[in-house]
Amino acid sequence: MAIWLTKDSKVIVQGMTGSEGSKHTRRMLAAGTNVVGGVNPRKAGQKVDFDGTELPVFASVADAMAETGADVTVIFVPPQFTKAAVVEAIDAAIGLAVVITEGVPVHDTAAFWAYNLAQGERTRIIGPNCPGIASPGASNAGIIPADITGSGRIGLVSKSGTLTYQMMYELRDIGFSTCVGIGGDPIIGTTHIDALAAFEADPETDAIVMIGEIGGDAEERAAEFIKDNVTKPVVGYIAGFTAPPGKTMGHAGAIISGSAGTAEAKQAALEAVGVKVGKTPTETAKLMREIMSGN
Amino acid sequence: MDLYEYQGRDLFERHGLPVLAGGVATTPEEARAIAERLGGRVVVKAQVKVGGRGKAGGVKLAEGPDEAVARATDILGMDIKGHTVHKVMITVTADVAEEYYFSYLLDRANRTFLCIASVAGGMDIEQVAAETPDKVVKAPIDAVKGVDEAKAREIVTAAGFPAEVADQVVEIAVGLWQAFVAEDATLVEVNPLAKNGDGRMLLLDAKISLDENAAFRHPDHEALVDQAAVDPLEQAAKAKDLNYVKLDGEVGIIGNGAGLVMSTLDVVAYAGERHGNVKPANFLDIGGGASAAVMANGLEIVLSDPAVKSVFVNVFGGITACDEVANGIIQALALLEQRGEQVTKPLVVRLDGNNAEAGRAILDGANNPLVQRVDTMDGAAERAAELAAAGV
Repeated sequence: MAIWLTKDSKVIVQGMTGSEGSKHTRRMLAAGTNVVGGVNPRKAGQKVDFDGTELPVFASVADAMAETGADVTVIFVPPQFTKAAVVEAIDAAIGLAVVITEGVPVHDTAAFWAYNLAQGERTRIIGPNCPGIASPGASNAGIIPADITGSGRIGLVSKSGTLTYQMMYELRDIGFSTCVGIGGDPIIGTTHIDALAAFEADPETDAIVMIGEIGGDAEERAAEFIKDNVTKPVVGYIAGFTAPPGKTMGHAGAIISGSAGTAEAKQAALEAVGVKVGKTPTETAKLMREIMSGN
Repeated sequence: MDLYEYQGRDLFERHGLPVLAGGVATTPEEARAIAERLGGRVVVKAQVKVGGRGKAGGVKLAEGPDEAVARATDILGMDIKGHTVHKVMITVTADVAEEYYFSYLLDRANRTFLCIASVAGGMDIEQVAAETPDKVVKAPIDAVKGVDEAKAREIVTAAGFPAEVADQVVEIAVGLWQAFVAEDATLVEVNPLAKNGDGRMLLLDAKISLDENAAFRHPDHEALVDQAAVDPLEQAAKAKDLNYVKLDGEVGIIGNGAGLVMSTLDVVAYAGERHGNVKPANFLDIGGGASAAVMANGLEIVLSDPAVKSVFVNVFGGITACDEVANGIIQALALLEQRGEQVTKPLVVRLDGNNAEAGRAILDGANNPLVQRVDTMDGAAERAAELAAAGV
């Protein structure tokens, strides 16, 4: 069954005709994703060929939904236009909006998030600055490589892209129900907690890997949530133990400010609620392997 | 990007907020010119992005231009907690009767903005919040609705600002919010927000952080970057669109993806504990693509750091295929040779993921004595640390 994205999901792409959008539309189709169209008001009515699959271009998200029954949108538009694209998706009340775009100003993210709340949170937003969501063997919305792992019973939620791929690769023999890359920006739509709650409720997920990194207190809050709400085993990994304070480590949100946001604090919070935390990605995978093999 | 106090003062002034008249000087003579223009008694303040300036002797009063020159001479070049003072701000003095606190900031946990206000200003707000939490108001701000007069009035009332300054603080709260939004700031902190002897409110300090992701709509923010304080390697990397942070160790790090590179730093530091305590020399994320040209640029930056004794290239082939990355590394080394760079430091390469076998075969086939292939992340970190320790 997986979470949020299944084989029945109908996916549209905002920015499908751009270079990143078209490259990844092709990859999503190859992964078996049911991509049903794209959105670009200037190219509405045209069709785009992706290796033999012809996809229609619609003028708006609302049009695309009306015509195709789409329930997921993947957003690849440049940062200048991301806020407008997300607001359009929210206005159309689409169920899931996956915002891949990197470099979105945090005031824009704060604004579309506040807008989403004001509209009653009809749309689940993942990202921005995230690799997307993949339910191996079923559907893939974003840029997560589809061929790293097959389906299985581990759920994965992560702030980072390549670190997600690394973990999927390490545990590819066991496989994953769903892998969610929530992104490394200071404000994101879907949090570790949202994913933990969904995995807890998902009958096809047996255990959860949670990957965090320095900055903010999302991991501490997740630990607090796990304590009272998660019964499935959780294994954690935190990147950035050796990162110095005050330096942004690649992701806009990955910065230790003052005493807040250190990897040590996050590890301590997770371990305090019974989450096993690996020192390296490989060790983390080993911890999960032990759980899955019943040791 | 964090601004200096003088840049914050200028920014507030541009947005019509009440600040002290002043200017910034890099030499004692410039300080004289500013003091002459301002007239009378002035304050000379060291411009460093660190707290505790006053205690370190970086803030001095001066009676007129001659003393301003003397104080500027004392302060310029001073070291404050490891920060050398290159600039001083000169302002007229304030006759402070009351000190308050006011700020807007990003509230990551609640995915919105927050206003923090207190009538107990002039000191460390975290201390005030810890000792007397009832004296600190924290008001969430809706990012769409923002701060209008009604919202500002609500905050001012909740914080307990005295009636005689309430109207002024409301006006400042609205103006400060407008500046916060207009400049794409993630923090504007005014401590103290002061009441002058004549009853006028003044913003006496400015701590401002700007969102670099919003640079595309603020071409003027580029000028606020303190080029002198930027590490030359970081500057060179930025010019090549590389995400590089200089650190203090000996093992150069190149990887793809911010999370994986952060993780690589950790794994190398752990390995270093067993090998002469060597540490990562840098953070360098070459991103998803990792073409030969990008790899060459990355290697060039990392290898030009004299502290680097070995390099660890850690790539997980996700979208990028590892054979392309392997070709990139071999071509990058050839390219560096063509550019006349003598590469002598050993490279430990770990390739995994998409087309890893083909990538490893290419590295083996190239038979470059400098390139060592280790196929696990932990093993490769161990080897890179060992080589760095041997090369130190």
